[in-house]
Amino acid sequence: MTAFKTLSLAMFKGFIRDKVTLFFTFLFPLMFLVIFGLILRDVGADKTRIAVVGDGPIVSALRESGALELESYSDENAAVQKVKDGDLPAALIIRGQQLDVRFAQSDQVKSATVLGIVNGFVDKANLAATGQPPRFTFASEKVEDASLKPIQYLTPGILSWGVAVSAVFGAALTLVSWRRKQVLRRIRLAPVSATSVLSSRLLVSAGVALVQGATFVGIAMLPLFGLKLSGSWWLAIPLLLLGTIAFFALGMLVGAFAKTEEAASAAANIVVLPMAFLSGTFFPVDQAPAWLQTVSKIFPLRHMNDGMLDVLVRGKGIEALLMPSAILVGFALVVGFIASRVFKWEE
Amino acid sequence: MTEERSAVVVRDVRKSYGELKAVDGVSFTVAEGEFFGILGPNGAGKTTTLEIIEGLRKPDSGEVRLLGESPWPRNVKLLPRIGVQLQASSFFEKLTAKEQLQTFGALYGVSKGTAADMLELVGLADKANEQENKLSGGQRQRLSIACALVHDPDIVFLDEPTAALDPQARRNLWDVLRAIQERGKTIVYTTHYIDEAEILCDRVAIMDEGRILALDTPAVLVRGLDAPTHVTLQKGVLSIVDASALDGVEEAHENEVSLTLSTRRPAPVLSALAERGALDGLQVRTATLEDVFLNLTGREYRA
Repeated sequence: MTAFKTLSLAMFKGFIRDKVTLFFTFLFPLMFLVIFGLILRDVGADKTRIAVVGDGPIVSALRESGALELESYSDENAAVQKVKDGDLPAALIIRGQQLDVRFAQSDQVKSATVLGIVNGFVDKANLAATGQPPRFTFASEKVEDASLKPIQYLTPGILSWGVAVSAVFGAALTLVSWRRKQVLRRIRLAPVSATSVLSSRLLVSAGVALVQGATFVGIAMLPLFGLKLSGSWWLAIPLLLLGTIAFFALGMLVGAFAKTEEAASAAANIVVLPMAFLSGTFFPVDQAPAWLQTVSKIFPLRHMNDGMLDVLVRGKGIEALLMPSAILVGFALVVGFIASRVFKWEE
Repeated sequence: MTEERSAVVVRDVRKSYGELKAVDGVSFTVAEGEFFGILGPNGAGKTTTLEIIEGLRKPDSGEVRLLGESPWPRNVKLLPRIGVQLQASSFFEKLTAKEQLQTFGALYGVSKGTAADMLELVGLADKANEQENKLSGGQRQRLSIACALVHDPDIVFLDEPTAALDPQARRNLWDVLRAIQERGKTIVYTTHYIDEAEILCDRVAIMDEGRILALDTPAVLVRGLDAPTHVTLQKGVLSIVDASALDGVEEAHENEVSLTLSTRRPAPVLSALAERGALDGLQVRTATLEDVFLNLTGREYRA
């Protein structure tokens, strides 16, 4: 036990003293989280802005409702010019009882939205002017749909990816560098098994994964990004650990074949990057074509992602862990077994 | 020397890589507490021989007994009793000298206190908290030896520990190696430095092209050579004609600074020189292992 403890401590020290590894483990995925988080922050949240010339009861009603954002202009020509330049989708010009809307032909979706809204308010005002009670009424209410705000799917995706990268690289580079520097030979000449030495490295990777989880989620929850965790977020912990084991096994396999650190790095990238893109790290897979969704199901990262999404933001319970956990464990067993078969002590 | 008292017994070991006979019928024994050197140029088969004895490689044929046991296949009972120094860079990443020793010690279940003793032994006590990659080549080499000793093994294998070190670092390391022998360890080491083998080893095996050409104490190897002694004098002390006429001188030649006489009977030559008061700048060089190697292989020693 003391041997295992000393070894784990040694690996841990080696890890935190390596600035390059620290960068790729923490800062690199965080950069993606921050950049994508900021770029996509306002997607879908934008209200349509239109130009308004003049004032009146309809304009006041529009402004109060907040359905559109109004930009006032005193000059009609200036307002229309804005539409012609493509800066605004429409201009609303009020001449007493007469309302003119000039809209850009190119942006039909926004124009239709503007026309519909303005029309609605005009009809309502007309109806009110007649003094008749409305025959039909309707009420609206917000529904949480399955599509998520970007930060909600970015955080679980980038976290899974970050954990996968650090576990694959951690295992592959450790193995290759130990083989090259004959540390493996030293271990072979000592009365310990390679398994006990490698599991101390795995322990470090598992610890790293938990710290990654805490850091990434913590930063995404800052008001700037606005991640909202579901109540069952703690179910992500077993998923992080299982993911670490699965991707560590994958790294061992890469490390068994690669002869140099450079080759190991390249091979690990070739394995991890496409998998990350196809598994929904940077965009939700359900927006991808159906065939791609099917392909992505062969990647363990896809299932880890799904599990992370379900427990971190979708608020699903422990049953959401079953499928991802089974796949990660199975993957770890199969790949780990192959890795142990092709394991090489010497160059 | 009975086999029970032998630390290492190697009997007719052979190992080929394709056409190349890396080790071609090597036999020798090493006694407990002995400082045994395997000397030879690069590619002579020294390292392969060592790796076979350590149990890292399986010989094609032949037998190895290490402390009375077979080292192949991996013999876990034997491992704590042998220490192997590997190349200078085989350390864990980013650990200090002390942490390296503690970690390698942990592989053997050794307590952490041993690390400090080992640093003391190899003269690195003041570098305990330096990271391994910040040490000089000689310091790394000494740390690497300390790592091989951390579990207090009975036999220590060192593969060219002094290669690529500057002269001062080499001499420092010699002191370390002697201190290890004084602790009662058996040392088996390879080198391609002839002078070093002559100074350090109890016995030397001279190896070339996979075979042992000669094996004995350095003194016996040199004595058995019947090589002439070279007596060198300052130029101008004696003319080359007078020198050649001296009793016992076989050959005399001169260059810009000195006159060199070759003789197999140095005593009468030296007394004749003394009589003439011609001892200015006198140097006497007897045959060395280098001459032994030249004699055995018919070619210059190329390290």
